[in-house]
Amino acid sequence: MTSLAAYLTLSAFLFCIGLAGALTRRNAIIVLVGIELMLNAANLNFIAFWRFSENPEALTGLMFAIFSIGIAAAEAAVGLALIIAIYRHYKTANVDEANTLRG
Amino acid sequence: MAEAVDQIFVAAKHWLVSLAPEAWQPWVSVLLSIAALMVVFGTLFAVTTVLERKGLGRIQNRFGPNRVGPFGILQPLADGIKALVKEDIVPRVADRVVHFLAPVVMIIPPFLALAVLPFGRNMTFVEFDAAILFFFAVGASMELAVFMAGWSSRNKYSLLGAMRAIAQMISYEIPLILSSVSVIMIVGSLSPGEIVAAQAGYTNGLPNWHLLTPWGIAGFVLFMIAATAESNRSPFDLPEGESEIVAGYYIEYSGFKFALFFLGEYLGLFAVSGLGITLFLGGWHAPFAFLGFLPSWFWFFAKLFALISVFIWVRGTLPRLRQDQLMNFAWKFMLPMALVNLVAAAVWHFMAPLPVVARWVAVSLIVAGPYVMLGRELMVRKNLSKRTYRFAE
Amino acid sequence: MTAGFVVIALLTIAAGVAAMSLRHLIHCSLALVAAFIGLAAAYLHLGAQFVGFAQVLVYVGAVSILVVFAILLTRGGEDRSERLFSGSWVAGIATAVAVLGVLVWAVSRSAAVRREVSEPAEVTVRQIGDLLMTRFVLPLEVIGLLLTAALIGAVIIAMHEREGRK
Repeated sequence: MTSLAAYLTLSAFLFCIGLAGALTRRNAIIVLVGIELMLNAANLNFIAFWRFSENPEALTGLMFAIFSIGIAAAEAAVGLALIIAIYRHYKTANVDEANTLRG
Repeated sequence: MAEAVDQIFVAAKHWLVSLAPEAWQPWVSVLLSIAALMVVFGTLFAVTTVLERKGLGRIQNRFGPNRVGPFGILQPLADGIKALVKEDIVPRVADRVVHFLAPVVMIIPPFLALAVLPFGRNMTFVEFDAAILFFFAVGASMELAVFMAGWSSRNKYSLLGAMRAIAQMISYEIPLILSSVSVIMIVGSLSPGEIVAAQAGYTNGLPNWHLLTPWGIAGFVLFMIAATAESNRSPFDLPEGESEIVAGYYIEYSGFKFALFFLGEYLGLFAVSGLGITLFLGGWHAPFAFLGFLPSWFWFFAKLFALISVFIWVRGTLPRLRQDQLMNFAWKFMLPMALVNLVAAAVWHFMAPLPVVARWVAVSLIVAGPYVMLGRELMVRKNLSKRTYRFAE
Repeated sequence: MTAGFVVIALLTIAAGVAAMSLRHLIHCSLALVAAFIGLAAAYLHLGAQFVGFAQVLVYVGAVSILVVFAILLTRGGEDRSERLFSGSWVAGIATAVAVLGVLVWAVSRSAAVRREVSEPAEVTVRQIGDLLMTRFVLPLEVIGLLLTAALIGAVIIAMHEREGRK
């Protein structure tokens, strides 16, 4: 039986990989991919906490993960549409070149 | 006697497993299942290729393959040998790893999908609660294999073919799932075993299949159209489109890898036909009570062959669509109709206390009304008129 | 810790690192798919069958295809000469490592991870469906509305602005 701590550590690693990617990569799509990874790490936490909770019959964590998957899909669709719109405007998908609002 | 024939494969597997030592038995059981799946559907693939070429030949008023063996039935053997000994060409600029992985990824999902279908009484390889969801989940991963093949070849035609295939598969996956949801909703289960069990028995000499309800007919037609598009078959074979983009996403594949794509496509066809049989055609149940003496697996495969014949017939009959027609059909016709059908199935369910005739009339009206209106609306906007032929009469 | 979990964890982490560090964007997205499948396997390992398959259906079947389409539409896969990382990559890596340190420290110190739990019963899809239609019906409706809005919004944002026609 794998312990809760193992799942939480795996989730922490995935979250930080996603965070590192989102903070360092230049391409906006990969930044979005990093954010998706972070969301997935959070989902893993929800399911791990559900599995190891005192009252798993309530299925609360499971439900949260299902809704979070749905929201992540919507987020990816809108995010990628925005990136395509930005690309059309600036002819680049790099986050550090679309800086018109910089003071 | 009939009982013994019905369970012959189950009994054979139990006997074979019992020969193995105690500790190995679970592994032997799994290996036997995998081997059976591969052998049965590999053979079916070979038979279907001959059937398809012969059938198409008949439709087009020619013979089809008739050189290898009696009536050409050994043709798949010759094709297999040819595919194995052919040179395996990888384009120089191709992305080698992805190019190699694509056929492998293509071949695994259909086998996984087939493993959850009930082929007969007690004849499901893997049984679990969310099996239909699993089926659609692995089906969705075939799109990725298509993309990997098309992109890694570094060929504009293969990329175009892959993009067409993905757009088509995503668009038609929605009506496919929605038409299945009506059955899932009525039965109240995602398990194929329970869906088949819900269609057991006969009323007035007719089987209790979902096909024999108004929403079931509409759902089955929608399902079959979407299934044709999902498996990239004519009239939805734009991803291949020999006359437009040469061969679509597998132009740059040769020899055995090409054969794997071919196999994957046919296995996908078997899987989606098997799902259609499970959802609408009563699974392994016999169509009439007096035919019940034939074994359950016979009925599953008989229905499978019937559906495959329909696919071959459609392929020989209909011309290919254009890309915009394909998309319009999916989003403006199939999707609304699938949603209407879902409502119709719900109404059917809640009208259960009423007499059968009232249920039939009400639900048929719910399906037929939008069908007629949607069809007229789409036709009017296109300004279609009757086609006149100048030369051929 | 079982062998199955170790394999799943290592594969998922390796795929995640690859998805964030590979040069070619298409390779990144394919590695991302591997990471999603690894996560789905972890969900199955935890006994959450429905969520695991939903994960494969949504992420492998839809989100990764969206990512791939976006990469091809923005020609992101073609610039080979450019820099991969932004100028502030040192600060970014430092932040991520710091967050990881805090998280791992918190997990190892937490009282919750040492709690003994009993084996929960198998969750059937029927239970999930019942809950979605009773206790969680409001979130379900809200998410339906959100997805519709996102669908329309994404189409409008990404649509070509036609010249001369309003």
